[in-house]
Amino acid sequence: MSEIRDTYEVVIGLEVHAQMLTKSKAYSNDKNEYGSVPNTNVSAVTLGHPGTLPVMNKKTIENAIKLGLALHCDIAENQYFARKNYFYPDLPKGYQITQDLTPICTGGYAIVKDENENEKKIGLTRIHMEEDAGKSIHDIDVKDTLVDLNRAGVPLLEIVTEPDFRSSTEAYNYLTEIRKLVRYLDICDGNMEEGSMRCDANVSVRKIGATEFGTKIEVKNMNSIRNVQRAIEFEITRQIEVLENGGELFMETRQYDALKNITIAMRSKEAANDYRYFPEPDLTPLKVTVNQIDAIKAEMPALPRDLFLRYTNEFKLSEYDAYNLTDNKSIALYYESILKRTKEYKLAANWMMGDIKSYLNSQGKEMEEFPISAEKIADLISIIQEGKISNTVASQKVFPEMLNAPEKSPLAIAESMNLIQDSNEDSILGFIAEVMKQHPEEVTRYKNGEKQLTGFLMGQLMKISKGKADPKSANQMLRNELEK
Amino acid sequence: MKITDEVIEHIAHLARLEFEGDKKVTIKEDMERIISFIEKLQELDTENVEPLIFMSDEVNVLREDVAVDTLTQEQALSNAPKKDSDYFRIPKVLG
Repeated sequence: MSEIRDTYEVVIGLEVHAQMLTKSKAYSNDKNEYGSVPNTNVSAVTLGHPGTLPVMNKKTIENAIKLGLALHCDIAENQYFARKNYFYPDLPKGYQITQDLTPICTGGYAIVKDENENEKKIGLTRIHMEEDAGKSIHDIDVKDTLVDLNRAGVPLLEIVTEPDFRSSTEAYNYLTEIRKLVRYLDICDGNMEEGSMRCDANVSVRKIGATEFGTKIEVKNMNSIRNVQRAIEFEITRQIEVLENGGELFMETRQYDALKNITIAMRSKEAANDYRYFPEPDLTPLKVTVNQIDAIKAEMPALPRDLFLRYTNEFKLSEYDAYNLTDNKSIALYYESILKRTKEYKLAANWMMGDIKSYLNSQGKEMEEFPISAEKIADLISIIQEGKISNTVASQKVFPEMLNAPEKSPLAIAESMNLIQDSNEDSILGFIAEVMKQHPEEVTRYKNGEKQLTGFLMGQLMKISKGKADPKSANQMLRNELEK
Repeated sequence: MKITDEVIEHIAHLARLEFEGDKKVTIKEDMERIISFIEKLQELDTENVEPLIFMSDEVNVLREDVAVDTLTQEQALSNAPKKDSDYFRIPKVLG
């Protein structure tokens, strides 16, 4: 199979729907909230009652512009909305208010890694604003379908890519990037399991060298990024098999079944699509000014890719560290806060990826729940850097105590636990004299050439000093004394 | 313009309406008349005329992102022909 597969090229385009984290809905003032009692977040507008009029939520436009800027899109100056007409019970108005001919963002791209870890650009066709439908529940009651309209009218951003993906891995990496981005921008919580971020994949295959695209098949119903990848993989294999067996593919929508890891035909697309778009007369046109875009630009947080490039280029962190520090917004923000008080980039990164991460993992906690402030971690790093305590003592003694008493300063903890290192020359010389007195035999052997005995003698010195001698200066001074 | 049976059936399906026998003939004639009005309008030369989409000059009528409770669940469900304590109930639809 893999040899046959190598003669085909895979072409994928993705459509992502992201539910916006607004307080109210797109065109009406009822609550936008997940998990409420059914049919409580509704208004006369959402229910499609006669005589009601939609009014656009300002925040949705800001969100769309933010995402557009982050993805290098052109922002349309003049826009208007459109009605997409179809009948379905969870769409009370009988049409969805969306953007058809004048999407708010066009062009742009995302930078994504392919399977060889090389970066490539995925072109974006458009990003537009629209509203979600309600929820139909078919499996609670035998005879009836139940309808909950809490979700109806929830603002969405639809992000459509060009058919630029050549593998399911690229699709996986793209979705990871988009999710990271919407979370950094506070636009969407990116939760695919709860459906606040959804993805449809358009998958086709063609013989390598073919100039025409193959038949495009849409796959839906994937509730995780991993499942999007699996569904695409299944679809590639299925399509190649059909073609290799002399069969024909036709445009259709298929549903992914995660339990069986297969896709199933849902409906044929040929006749179904006739949405009769026309301009939405109940909303005024939108005009976006350059000033408005500049104001939003000024408020944008640092984006994961900018941080990644700064950490690798400026701070000289490894790509691995930089990736892990920027993967999650709250981790990146915490790291940035540490750096406000110390310039020990590498040491701070080690603490983030080491002790702090292990603590969070072992407690099953998120960064937001970490009890110690970034300022206190910065102070801890400073006293290590100043040689007051060793990294080991910081990690094994001071850090656990900080977790118990997050309000205490690390210096106060180190002092009260009597952990401050002694870098006073006289006292270190005293320790050395004591070691040499206790172990004359080893000293003689050292002088006769067994240089590796410094390790043993240093160990004794640390023991005598009860771990408080500053190991760096003690080591140097011990060698000096032994060479005398 | 001649309206064919296929066109009538397609449009009727989109509107979830059914036309049989005489009614199909009547609706066909009505539609042909409507279309010919439009065809009359289309005789006008609109080269170099910007399309007019909105009748008013107003732009950017927006609201702040503030949520308000305007309806109770009971009120929301009150006009439904069929409902239970939480949901609108409708004849079973699949997919």
